[in-house]
Amino acid sequence: MNVTIIRFPGTNCDLDTANAVKKVLGIVPKIISCKEDKIPKSDLIIIPGGFSYGDYLRSGAIAAREPIMDDLELRANQGVYIIGICNGFQILTERKLLQGSLLKNSSLKFISKSVELKINRNDTFFTSKYQTDEVVNIPIAHHDGNFFADQDTLDSIEDNNQVALRYLNPINGSLNNIAGLYNKNLNILGLMPHPERAVDLKTGTNDGSRIFESALNFYST
Amino acid sequence: MDIYESHSINKKEKELLLNYLGRDPSHTEIGIFSVMWSEHCSYKSSRHWLKKLHTEGIQVIQGPGENAGVVDIGDNQAIIFKMESHNHPSFIEPYQGAATGVGGIMRDVFTMGARPIALVNSIRFGELTHPKTKFLLSGVVAGIGGYGNCVGIPTIAGETGFDSSYNGNNLVNAMCVGLTTKDKIFYSKASGIGNPVVYVGAKTGRDGIHGATMASGEFDDESEKNRPTVQVGDPYAEKLLLEACLELMQKDAIISIQDMGAAGLTSSSVEMADKGKVGIQLNLDNIPTRQQNLTAYEMMLSESQERMLMVLKPEKTEIAKEVFEKWDVDFAIVGKITETNNIVVLHNGMIEADIPIKFLTDNAPMYKREKIKKNKRKRKLQLLPSIKPKDAILKILNSPNICSKKWIWEQYDRTIMANTLNDAGGDAGLVRIENTEKAIAMSCDVNPRYCHADAKKGAMQAVAECWRNIISMGAKPLAITNCLNFGNPEKPEIMNDFVETIIGIRDASIALDFPVVSGNVSLYNETNGDAIKNTPTIGGVGLVENISVLNNFGSLNIGDSIYMIGKKGSHLSCSTLEEVYNGESSIDPPEIDLYQEKLNGNGVLELIQEKIITSCHDISDGGMIVTICEMIMLDDRGATINIVDNNKMMGELFGEDQSRYIITISPELESIFEKKMKKRGVKYEPIGYITSSQLKINDSIIISNNEIRDAYESLIPSVMNNMA
Repeated sequence: MNVTIIRFPGTNCDLDTANAVKKVLGIVPKIISCKEDKIPKSDLIIIPGGFSYGDYLRSGAIAAREPIMDDLELRANQGVYIIGICNGFQILTERKLLQGSLLKNSSLKFISKSVELKINRNDTFFTSKYQTDEVVNIPIAHHDGNFFADQDTLDSIEDNNQVALRYLNPINGSLNNIAGLYNKNLNILGLMPHPERAVDLKTGTNDGSRIFESALNFYST
Repeated sequence: MDIYESHSINKKEKELLLNYLGRDPSHTEIGIFSVMWSEHCSYKSSRHWLKKLHTEGIQVIQGPGENAGVVDIGDNQAIIFKMESHNHPSFIEPYQGAATGVGGIMRDVFTMGARPIALVNSIRFGELTHPKTKFLLSGVVAGIGGYGNCVGIPTIAGETGFDSSYNGNNLVNAMCVGLTTKDKIFYSKASGIGNPVVYVGAKTGRDGIHGATMASGEFDDESEKNRPTVQVGDPYAEKLLLEACLELMQKDAIISIQDMGAAGLTSSSVEMADKGKVGIQLNLDNIPTRQQNLTAYEMMLSESQERMLMVLKPEKTEIAKEVFEKWDVDFAIVGKITETNNIVVLHNGMIEADIPIKFLTDNAPMYKREKIKKNKRKRKLQLLPSIKPKDAILKILNSPNICSKKWIWEQYDRTIMANTLNDAGGDAGLVRIENTEKAIAMSCDVNPRYCHADAKKGAMQAVAECWRNIISMGAKPLAITNCLNFGNPEKPEIMNDFVETIIGIRDASIALDFPVVSGNVSLYNETNGDAIKNTPTIGGVGLVENISVLNNFGSLNIGDSIYMIGKKGSHLSCSTLEEVYNGESSIDPPEIDLYQEKLNGNGVLELIQEKIITSCHDISDGGMIVTICEMIMLDDRGATINIVDNNKMMGELFGEDQSRYIITISPELESIFEKKMKKRGVKYEPIGYITSSQLKINDSIIISNNEIRDAYESLIPSVMNNMA
């Protein structure tokens, strides 16, 4: 499995994500700069967390308009699997590859804590190693994670079963407690929690590992 | 007011300056002298005394005098760390003041070649009920988080205090810890006549001009008009600068490097040249600027953030340029190293300044200021006899200095870098060293109440407390940094306290082999003549050689026995109990026996490393009972405690006697424990045992977990989330 991580100026979870992939899957991912023309051939593309372009303007807004995102969109349409974590999720919504948007937390403050999340379905590329309705613990660390969509969009998200994860308890104002979201084709996943920080019990939890394991599972079976 | 006075250069200093130059200085030169001779840059009141600190040890690679201190952690790895104050700017503009404090200390660490791996802070405010506190606290916390979170360094430990003496001067002390290999440490000493001087980082603007001078003065009611002297931080620029510098550091191109902190371009160029005993010539026409028509004066004094100055190997200039361009960071050759021993500043074809460097450094004014020991009025401890233990426990847990600071630390990214081992759980922060079994513990400590009552004892206690917190994580304490926050040193009693503080830190760091490797002094923390309590914040680091010994450490098992390491408490004078009930402290803080401190600490370290105990926390503010409450809250357990003599109850629960820890241990290991402690001569006392829930003292006092938790957790949210 080829894993590619895209780094924008201001991305700060690129190394953590690469380390997690290495640790969990034994695969050394390729980290590429967003200034490259093309994304190399990949089975999984990850846009990691951080503050791309300083989160200036709106979080993810500038990165979403980088030329490399044209190539990402092409790959997305071809069905390549993509995960956007935290700022990566924000970039994907800004690019309209995922629906809705991520507003400032309702507390208007940065929130950093380990939270309980419920896996909404386990029949996707990203979640086959979890149980449906399983509750897992993964850290969040964000200022703009308050998921918002208009009522029609929200209804269609729910009707199409596009929710990946929900906060067990309201945390940042997200509608329907949405913490993670798929596109309609289920090949793109946006996550506010940081699975790459939850791959080792020594740091508190390894509940994030199975996101990566599920992906590998797909390719090895 | 003449031009010298307006630059905070007094009459004597003016004479000295004119005498040195033998001519009238240019406007730019007056600016350069004023910042280099400011208290903040010259340490003119403190330099003489700082030399007395204990700064050596086999673990020390670099002590004070560089951008940060360096200690050896084995395997060719080194830890680089320092703490710095940003008090004055944070009071004027809390968000930017705190943010740039974090940014500045990070640069001090990565300028030496280390990747920052953790941030720690110590912040202090006026009374929680003071009208400004809410604004300052929320701004400072958002600023610390806003900067560290964006750069992507976890903020893993800290302390927050409240006291009326900070009503007019809050404190922001930020510490950064970085990791490097021993053969990749970069210093600021310039060398090589003709070598290019290179400016990298953000563009220069008019922000922060005279920040260092402002930080060297007192406040009055009009201090808010100093707002333009506060710098504005851009953590995004810092992140790019960090990555670019670390990349270039792998390319054998850098001769010396120094961040542009206080007094910006002036102090960085002067200090680099001074260390190398060379001259430096700057051509300001090449400085990247944010706006047009900046004068030489403005460029030399600007404290715009996220900038560095480097001396490069000439043949590597192109390679360096490519690296910085790749990271979208400005790169400009702005001067060269000369043999003149002067700093020469050129702008628009004119010589704007030409000053022998020694006048700005070695020959800068130094004062051995008058000091007088103030005879403090003896005040006896008087506690109301009617205080009930249960009420006191809940009242203390609900008091500003003891209560949970979760509202604060939940705004700091603590898990980025994925190496945080005890997120918000222990006496100190703990981060693993990537790809090893090692971890670094770190803590920031001081008790201003003790320091105010007795400067020397308070300083010794701050060092010991930091040592204890690191020990409690199973780490071997290595070295400390400090921020010495004081009032006006021209007042003899404050100068006296400052000197006693130095002696106290020195004595404790010698006794505990806990040397000072870096530090910072912040004086003139006064508003309208009212000084803060002495606050010598101590930041320490320690090493866990193998984190596998910490597997399961820190979890309480029902039935575990609770022991105290050290003697039973009795010292209530200057305690939290007294503060909470009487509002002020008597002047008799607890004694500290450094021999006993070391004995107890090393005993505890052995217990942890040999996996004999299940948890350990030191006893500090609030006494034994606060430690026990915090332990059972962390693990959602209960405890039953026996106090043999009811008449000694208050002292045993709330006494703040020093050098003590609470440990828990499985009953079958008690005999080994006792044998080990007796062999070392460490005193211990059985206290009780762990239960499933509620705190029970002698069957007569019962406090439910909910009562404990409500008292502990409700105070700060109730104040801060109340938008009225």
